[in-house]
Amino acid sequence: MANLVEIRDLKVRAKSDSGRRIDIIKGVSFDVSEGEVVALIGESGSGKTTIALTLMGHTRPGCTITGGEVWLDGQDLVQLTESQRQHLRGTDVAYVPQSAAAAFNPSQRLIDQVVEVSQIHRLMPRAAARARAVELFRALALPHPETIGERYPHQVSGGQLQRLAAAMALIGDPKLMIFDEPTTALDVTTQIEVLRAFKSVMKQGGMAGVYVSHDLAVVAQVADRIVVLKDGEIQEVGTTDDIIHRPQHPYTRELIAAFEPVSHAAAAAPQDAPEHPVLEVRNVIAGYGRSDSSGRPVVLALNDVSCTLQRGQNLGVIGESGSGKSTLARAIAGLLPPVDGEILMDGRALPREVRHRTKEDLRRMQIVFQLADTALNPLRPVGDILGRPLTFFHGQRGKERDRRVEELLEMVQLPRALRHRLPVELSGGQKQRVNLARAIAANPEVILCDEITSALDTVVAAAILDLLKELQRELELSYVFISHDLSTVQAICDEVMVMYGGETVETLPASALPDGATQDYSRLLFASVPKLDTGWLDGLDLAGSAA
Amino acid sequence: MNTQILTLVLGRLGVAFITLLIVSFVVFGATEMLPGDIVEILLGQAATPEAIAGLRSAMHLDDPSLVRYGRWILGLLQGDLGTSYANDLPIAEMIGDRLSNTLRLAAVTSAVAVPLALVLGITTAMFRGSIYDRIVTTGVVSVISVPEFMIATLAVLVFAVWLDWLPALSFANEATSWGEMFRVFAMPVITLCGVITAQMIRMTRAAVIDTLKMPYVEMALLKGASRWRMVMRHALPNALGPIVNAIALSLSYLLGGVIIVETIFNYPGIAKLMVDAVATRDLPLIQSCAMVFCIGYLTLITLADILAIVANPRLRK
Amino acid sequence: MTALSLFSPRRYGYRVNAVAVVASMFILFWGVMALFGTSLAPYPPGKVVDFDFFGPISADFWLGSDYLGRDIFSRILMGASYTVGISLGAVCLACFTGVVLGMTAAVTGGWFDVALSRFLDALSSIPSKLFGLVMVAAIGSSTPVLILLLAVIYTPGSYRFARALAVNINTMDFVTVARARGEGTFYLITQEILPNITGPVLADMGLRFVFIVLLLSGLSFLGLGVQPPYADWGSLVRENIGALAFGAPAVIAPCIAIASLTISVNLLIDNLPQKIRDRSA
Repeated sequence: MANLVEIRDLKVRAKSDSGRRIDIIKGVSFDVSEGEVVALIGESGSGKTTIALTLMGHTRPGCTITGGEVWLDGQDLVQLTESQRQHLRGTDVAYVPQSAAAAFNPSQRLIDQVVEVSQIHRLMPRAAARARAVELFRALALPHPETIGERYPHQVSGGQLQRLAAAMALIGDPKLMIFDEPTTALDVTTQIEVLRAFKSVMKQGGMAGVYVSHDLAVVAQVADRIVVLKDGEIQEVGTTDDIIHRPQHPYTRELIAAFEPVSHAAAAAPQDAPEHPVLEVRNVIAGYGRSDSSGRPVVLALNDVSCTLQRGQNLGVIGESGSGKSTLARAIAGLLPPVDGEILMDGRALPREVRHRTKEDLRRMQIVFQLADTALNPLRPVGDILGRPLTFFHGQRGKERDRRVEELLEMVQLPRALRHRLPVELSGGQKQRVNLARAIAANPEVILCDEITSALDTVVAAAILDLLKELQRELELSYVFISHDLSTVQAICDEVMVMYGGETVETLPASALPDGATQDYSRLLFASVPKLDTGWLDGLDLAGSAA
Repeated sequence: MNTQILTLVLGRLGVAFITLLIVSFVVFGATEMLPGDIVEILLGQAATPEAIAGLRSAMHLDDPSLVRYGRWILGLLQGDLGTSYANDLPIAEMIGDRLSNTLRLAAVTSAVAVPLALVLGITTAMFRGSIYDRIVTTGVVSVISVPEFMIATLAVLVFAVWLDWLPALSFANEATSWGEMFRVFAMPVITLCGVITAQMIRMTRAAVIDTLKMPYVEMALLKGASRWRMVMRHALPNALGPIVNAIALSLSYLLGGVIIVETIFNYPGIAKLMVDAVATRDLPLIQSCAMVFCIGYLTLITLADILAIVANPRLRK
Repeated sequence: MTALSLFSPRRYGYRVNAVAVVASMFILFWGVMALFGTSLAPYPPGKVVDFDFFGPISADFWLGSDYLGRDIFSRILMGASYTVGISLGAVCLACFTGVVLGMTAAVTGGWFDVALSRFLDALSSIPSKLFGLVMVAAIGSSTPVLILLLAVIYTPGSYRFARALAVNINTMDFVTVARARGEGTFYLITQEILPNITGPVLADMGLRFVFIVLLLSGLSFLGLGVQPPYADWGSLVRENIGALAFGAPAVIAPCIAIASLTISVNLLIDNLPQKIRDRSA
């Protein structure tokens, strides 16, 4: 057989909680030849992980393979018995999970878990396996390769765990490696190191791979060919170069288009410059836990942060996890009262705690959260969710309120009939629109957007950004836009503040992005954002970036 | 053991101590509410006003409640449990024998119930959804849905009435040989085991099922591990904390069960002593028995928490 | 949002489960008996009607007769109103108190939460039967006392359960949004949190009802529950324990009555759709 993997007309059916059966993979066929890396790309619910797991002869509980063949090295995994499949797992085909933190057994030392495959399949003596593991640790550029295995999973960082998971997969010398979104949970600066490590060991071993991801730019760096999936069906298959530069299928084009960075046309300069910025943060210190003797909280999340937002403009706040960017939004909203510093609106200092602020202050500033799922009360219909701020802030009731709810839905480009629906019946993008509409219902001047596009698929996120801009034009809003993603910030903001470890690194005009950065960290951060270009990772020069 | 664990354990012990104080307050307060004047009841026919006044002051009953509470607590701390109203014996003496009888009953029950429950709990979790699992689970739900006295009644019906293997009543102090010991213990132990094992199976099964859902167990499967290895190497070590917790919590059901079982089988344990004390309104005896029970219960719960802390791999250095 | 619409099948599209239907029919039967049992009984429950004591099952006495020759069937119907009535009263009281306090503690936080949690935890670390024993010894036994006592014993558990659920909901962004809007505690509790914990709380209430029936029966069995001449199912077992030696229906029938009620409630809850049982997950 010429190909290592041949999947033919694969069908997988899932049983939902309520007992309904849904086909989640509807007849998928593709091949992977020896030494080739094929990427499965698609948005959430496209079935990419399900397909990857069938290559291990595994389906998650509730799912069953209802048809088709999965040939791996001359054996049809669908037909094999469970014990025959067990025999293949770890040796012929190995798996690198999305969240290594969860995939490591918390009660065993790392080394024991890394060499476990060799023990299960009796591949080599224990000492030899350990030596091989250390070799792999070194190849994957892990720090202290000799001793890192003696630690427990909770004692190493996320990026290191991801590489350790790769070592765990590589130890059995598999013919096929499956990567299931292995860098999605990582920060961009960490992602680069992990991607590089993966790429170099794959190249050395000459093994085949299946790389599952939603991120075209990441896939472009590692894959030879790309399979584009949507709703359990293949949309397009092609070489990485073809897919990126010459997409055929409309869906692929849409994906690529959503990736194009859109520069924000700077807001028209305010006609008569007002005396005060609409929002100003001065030397704010905030954190969690009790305050110590000097009045500072035990866990300091914001250390002396200042920024200003001019009326009609947008301020971007960018940083990696733990940078304090979300805490900043909570501190401004008064949900996490700062222990020191001031928050001013139109030059007037606001009380630090939300319950001390006046209704008028609260009305003028609204906050929108990242996860639309948890931001909407699952048991209230959309009409109620939007109606509450109308009643609360404006005292509207009955017909008047209903009319306004319909107007709001129209503004966020949702059908009016949606107001009788519950949040569960909406798609992710629709939920985020309702979420925005609720903020607008108050007639605010400032909206704090905390990662509002991060959980959305690229195409949907792009549409939300367009909506934000349109709303800004109509309603003269000012946004504080918090994100970890450079391109989204670039697309909407006039000014960008880079944060790291609870402190401001620097503040730049958006037009100066990404090359105008003056600080090392900002340069590293901007350079780490993957580009939709096959040669980006190899051509990258990150001297001195070893973090 | 590192300092983090030590701090947590000490914290837990501190909580247990505070809880015990609150409990003692409640127990004391409840017995304070006993209706009727205890002195009049004690003196009976001889209740002349002078005698009542004399006895009241002798028993310090005229002091404020808080003072008497303090005196009682101090006495408890020094091992002085006071004197029974009913028969004027030192309570420590009365409790001693009875307590050891009850502890023996509890020990025999645990020795049977714990291994049985562990095996059944873990295997039902492993073969979740199988016929075997369904039979055991249905049995467990039935047992925990009925009162202890019903289990006892059934046991008597089956073993004493229909099969005529065992006596319906037991007297631990009359047992001289091993054979007799067995006959005496059999019925209470069968009843208690029924109750405790069911609780324990239910909790153990839930703990193992929770762990089997973890991503690292799926990862073990994807490494080619057998079902046995997945359970033994990956699920069980991590379910240890919850399982130990489940066992300790189930054992605390013993205390509830023992009250019914000792009454129904006339077993001379501390629970029977207490039920009798309630009938005679023997205030100091009720207080002491109640405190013994609460201390036992609290010890088990605290032990469970501490074991869960120690078993947490994330706290390991 | 009413409790009823939560359970309406249309909303979640689940299939009706056969076990759940049978269990509900048992529960319904005992519910009706608790209300009208005494008037439906073939004989007055307190009247000696059989010359024989511990009589067997016969056409006249469907479940035999008791130690005085009274009709067991009639007495079980009378017992239903005590067992079901007292337990239901206690469980409603316990869950209402527990849920209100639990939600308030979760939303308010701070010292109120800490002090209340600590106190109720301490209360729950007194074994329930022992607590019942001591309290009944202290204040005697009557229907209102029993209801109150059982409610007090089971409030901490209900509090802990409701608080844990409410704490989960409280961290959700929609509650944070409401808080950032400046909504008060009452609004947060009644509009944002309560509707989202109703399902699990009702399921928990069912389980707690079973515990209360068991404890009440246990207390009555010890002679500390419902007092003669009235009797709940536990007292019936106590009265007729002498029949055990003959294996007469007088002692078995009330046991079966208890079991049929408690097992039905448990089975009904176990067979509710997952979504209702633990929405918090």
